Amino acid sequence: MNDRIDILLVEDNPDDIELAIHALREEKLANGITVARDGEEALDIVFCRGPHADRDFDSPPRLILLDLKLPKVDGLDVLRAIKSDPRTKAIPVVIMTSSKEERDLVESYRIGVNAYVQKPVSFDQFLSVVKELGLFWLVINQPPPSQAFDPS
Amino acid sequence: MSGPVSGAAGARPLHGTFKQKLAWMTVLVSTGALVVAGTAFMSYHLLASRRAIARNLAVQAETIGLNSVSALVFDDERSAEESLAALRADRNIVTAAIYGTEGNLFAAYAARPEDEDGIDRVISARQEDTVRFQRRTADAFRTIVTDGKRRGTVHLVYSLNELFADLAGYLGITIVVIGVSILTARFAASRLQRTFSEPVARLAAAAEVVSRTKDYTVRVEATSSTDEFGMFIDTFNEMLAQIQAREREVEAGQSQVQQLNEELEQRVLQRTAELDATNKELEAFTYSVSHDLRAPLRRIDGFANLLGDKCQSNLPDEGRHFLARIREGTQQMGQLIDDLLNLARLGRKDVSIRTTDLSPIVSRVADALSRDSNGRVIDWRLQPLPTVACDPALIEVVFTNLLSNAVKYTKNREQTTIEVGAIQDDGGFPVFFVRDNGVGFSMKYAHKLFGPFQRLHRAEDFEGTGIGLATVQRIIHKHKGAVWAESDVDAGASFYFTIDAQPGAGARQTLSKGETR
Repeated sequence: MNDRIDILLVEDNPDDIELAIHALREEKLANGITVARDGEEALDIVFCRGPHADRDFDSPPRLILLDLKLPKVDGLDVLRAIKSDPRTKAIPVVIMTSSKEERDLVESYRIGVNAYVQKPVSFDQFLSVVKELGLFWLVINQPPPSQAFDPS
Repeated sequence: MSGPVSGAAGARPLHGTFKQKLAWMTVLVSTGALVVAGTAFMSYHLLASRRAIARNLAVQAETIGLNSVSALVFDDERSAEESLAALRADRNIVTAAIYGTEGNLFAAYAARPEDEDGIDRVISARQEDTVRFQRRTADAFRTIVTDGKRRGTVHLVYSLNELFADLAGYLGITIVVIGVSILTARFAASRLQRTFSEPVARLAAAAEVVSRTKDYTVRVEATSSTDEFGMFIDTFNEMLAQIQAREREVEAGQSQVQQLNEELEQRVLQRTAELDATNKELEAFTYSVSHDLRAPLRRIDGFANLLGDKCQSNLPDEGRHFLARIREGTQQMGQLIDDLLNLARLGRKDVSIRTTDLSPIVSRVADALSRDSNGRVIDWRLQPLPTVACDPALIEVVFTNLLSNAVKYTKNREQTTIEVGAIQDDGGFPVFFVRDNGVGFSMKYAHKLFGPFQRLHRAEDFEGTGIGLATVQRIIHKHKGAVWAESDVDAGASFYFTIDAQPGAGARQTLSKGETR
């Protein structure tokens, strides 16, 4: 199993997954993409537990694209779990959702989200958003060094 | 405290006073009457006795005189003394004396030897016939006359001791009677007190209790008598019963009012809860719309786009046209959902009122619109606007909508003029206006102007979702103001609005004049 995860896409709708992967493929970013279909699976992957217990904690996802409306564990709870654990809180999390609700925005930033993006309806705009997100977080941005994941 | 009140417990000492007054009055009346009667009786007795004594003395002196005529004529001293001695029968006669024609003592008598010194030796020769009352005695003189010739004078001294003893006896009886009458009066007073004073005292005590405690259940114990006091107590009790009944009515009315108030409050609470629930539902709905309606739209657009890209070579021109229509449709619907959500969000947003200078807001909006107007030349005529209390962010949305409409509906004009200003209404309050020289609209359709999704122009002429003016109206209503428009086809349009959001100020009634159309 390939341990390396560039982008962890947390999204329940297969159409949206397909469109997102398509957009990422355009930008040659689709290779390192892993998809979690609900909040629980996302947490299993991030915290290397359950079916993903054999994953290595030392190579966390470089970017998590997180939808808010998710089955089982909801997006904000996933964000909360990641940002409240010292082993995972340095992972950049970008919320990508249809909602622009103020309370979602407020709550997300309170928990410590790194960016909040509303998915545009237009596919052209969606493409450019995904492209810029990938470019920024995986190329321009300096990823957190391993000391940032210090469990102490 | 309730029930009959008896006695004078806790009452002021009115009871004693009344009783005393009653006793005093009885004593005074009876004593007065007795004193007057006693005095009159004794005076009468004194006068009558004096008259009787005077008559008696005159008769005795006359008798002595007649019996002594011969003794005087014959100078028979012994015979004269003998006839005087007959006076011994009357023990009230202290002394008696017979005088000669010259006033010299001829014969004398004294009831007791020691009285002899009181007998005058000589009297006036011309002593008149009189009866004189002294302090302790009465003196009677009587001339002895025979054959028209004065022979001498008889002098009797009568003791009044018996008369005074009689009077003293009468006085004693009177005093005893007065004493008895005082005792009787006191007894009568205490009996009267039971009849008059006690009911009055009970009434007074009850009245005092009622006035102090406002307890109208108090009743005065009824007396057995049917006199005025019994009636008085019955009337008093009746009066208390009436007051009590009225009090009950008032209390019942009050409790009814209170109950109604509580019901009303309950109903308000219920309605508020219902409203809150409705608001929550609406919120959930908009949230759901925001997320759930946009997601499929995005998919339609995404896959239509992919279809165009990936299968470009297999699609005829017509197919590509259809795809373009699909994509435009999704764009429009996306915009519609966004506008609708913004409108819904406004409904939930709390208005944050601040004193706001409107002029910079209008300038900012106009500048932004000028930049986006694709090089159109717009003649902005911005008058200075007053400072008002409003939510600046929301009022900026109002001006953005009104000014962008003005820009939109003047796009076919060679010369665009947009005017923003404020006039004053009858009450001196500012009425803001935005006026353009655009295509305008027929007032026939003015009532549709502020409804959501209502459009007065064809989509191919002027783009738009029909949400802008609905948003404006909602914001103005949140500011307790009114918004209306005046226009005619091809004659430009004027939009007016008022703001009345002073903290604490009631809603101003501008609707009669500027009802939203």
